[in-house]
Amino acid sequence: MSLLSLTNMQTQIGEYHVLHDVSFDVSEGGVFVLLGRNGAGKTTTLRSIMNMWTPSKGSVKFRGKDISQMHTSDIARMGVAFVPEDMGIFGGLTVEENLVLATASGSFDPQRLERILELFPALKIFWNKQAMKLSGGQKQMLSVARAIIEPRDLILIDEPTKGLAPAIISGMRDAFAEIAQNTTILLVEQNLPFALSLGRDMAVIDDGHVVHTGSMKAFAEDNELQNTLLGLA
Amino acid sequence: MISKRIEQLGGVFLLPVAIAALAFVLIGAPASWVTLTIAGLSMGMMIFLMASGLSLVFGLMDVLNFGHSAFVSFGAFIAASVLTWSAGWLTSDSIALNVLALMLAIMAAISFGLLAGWFFEVVIIKPVYHDHLRQILITMGALIISEQLILAIWGGTPLSVPRPEFLEGAVIWGDVSIEIYRVFAFLVGAVIYAGLYFLFKRTRIGLLIRAGVENREMVEALGYRINRLFLGVFVLGSALAALGGTMWAGYETLISPALGSEMMIVVFIVVIIGGLGSIEGTLLGALIVGLMGNYVGYLAPKLALASNMLIMMAILMWRPSGLKPAVK
Repeated sequence: MSLLSLTNMQTQIGEYHVLHDVSFDVSEGGVFVLLGRNGAGKTTTLRSIMNMWTPSKGSVKFRGKDISQMHTSDIARMGVAFVPEDMGIFGGLTVEENLVLATASGSFDPQRLERILELFPALKIFWNKQAMKLSGGQKQMLSVARAIIEPRDLILIDEPTKGLAPAIISGMRDAFAEIAQNTTILLVEQNLPFALSLGRDMAVIDDGHVVHTGSMKAFAEDNELQNTLLGLA
Repeated sequence: MISKRIEQLGGVFLLPVAIAALAFVLIGAPASWVTLTIAGLSMGMMIFLMASGLSLVFGLMDVLNFGHSAFVSFGAFIAASVLTWSAGWLTSDSIALNVLALMLAIMAAISFGLLAGWFFEVVIIKPVYHDHLRQILITMGALIISEQLILAIWGGTPLSVPRPEFLEGAVIWGDVSIEIYRVFAFLVGAVIYAGLYFLFKRTRIGLLIRAGVENREMVEALGYRINRLFLGVFVLGSALAALGGTMWAGYETLISPALGSEMMIVVFIVVIIGGLGSIEGTLLGALIVGLMGNYVGYLAPKLALASNMLIMMAILMWRPSGLKPAVK
């Protein structure tokens, strides 16, 4: 059984019909990458899974249970974390407070926290500083750290490399590779090399329709398919 | 360099100090200045009680509640009724009976605030989340209805509010006269501020409220029901407004059904000056309004009403989001 299964999901935002037919299955473990041009519906897909925008038709099944009409907070409590494109950091709170809010009990698992701070050492340095004072890359680290501060079954990450320096992207790739050993990541990404280096399975979305699904390896080797679906050479 | 130094010394929190210092020069008589300053701080603290809930409700859920001051006026009238009913205890030589009567009045007003706040949120506010126009219309309507209810229950004649004996009179210190009730009102406000500060900075609920003011959606994505949190904040804010009304009734000693509408303007000015969703900002705004009201009332009585509007305009031109808004 798939960890996450979208079947004919449709989403309307106001008068705009953004997602027309989104279907794909995410199996457990590794990184599933959702690719597509700007405005294709990638972010809407992630937000629809979290029911931040309620799907108007179709189903979203997580571990076999339909979550398409569940409250966002209930979906989160089922073990789904979300790292939005704008990172969703609480700027007025400290780094520590941002992480505390993501724990169910209000306290950290010391070993887990230690490993996260090894992955993202900047967070240790700015532990008691307001998150608004962090750089873009550090905010992204905090956003990802918040998603993994407790064990999750699925992490939805929306364009984590956007606007980041190459050195930070490289560190982020290593961190994601390690995180994906213990959980499943559904990654929306426009940075193709980053996506190719991490993805196991993938889907391409265009104009609100899923137009391709398959393995990332096969997609990486097929330049013509990349060019057709993403407009790349 | 200078602005950095000012920021280190307290930044915008120096504003009430600067206003007080300027007033000291303009007034020229130290005894009058002390009396006016204490009156201003006391008034500021009472306004803070009334405004803090509104600021949080505005900041947390983007809800414009023009009916907020109904809790102020009902709190004032309920407390006045309880104080009148227990007049025998108020005039007793026993401080214990004085305090008991006062506590009964405060508890009655707060209990009303809690219950009415819950009812108001569930029945009136909830159906109009995310719709500012309907919020304004329905909450303005609720304010008008509340005034009519007060007229129906208490009548149109201004109601006299008896004070406990131990809060009557003034302490004379040289040329300076300090009303005991003003000091008491200031202390009540200070204790409530300290409690709210602790709640917001040291508890998980407070952390959630601060996070919710910044980004409601993300708080829900972390597994929390923001609507339940909002109901709690709304009820707390209503109870604080009722407490503010109680303190105000004792301060004025004569209250009329128009109290809610009168205070609504002041409360909105405070919330706008302070910045939405911030307890510190609300306190700052309330102290500035309280001090300005007293200083200008003494120096240029005809400008007293306009002074708060002028300072609001000046502050908004300087800081369009208010002095200390919550991070958005």
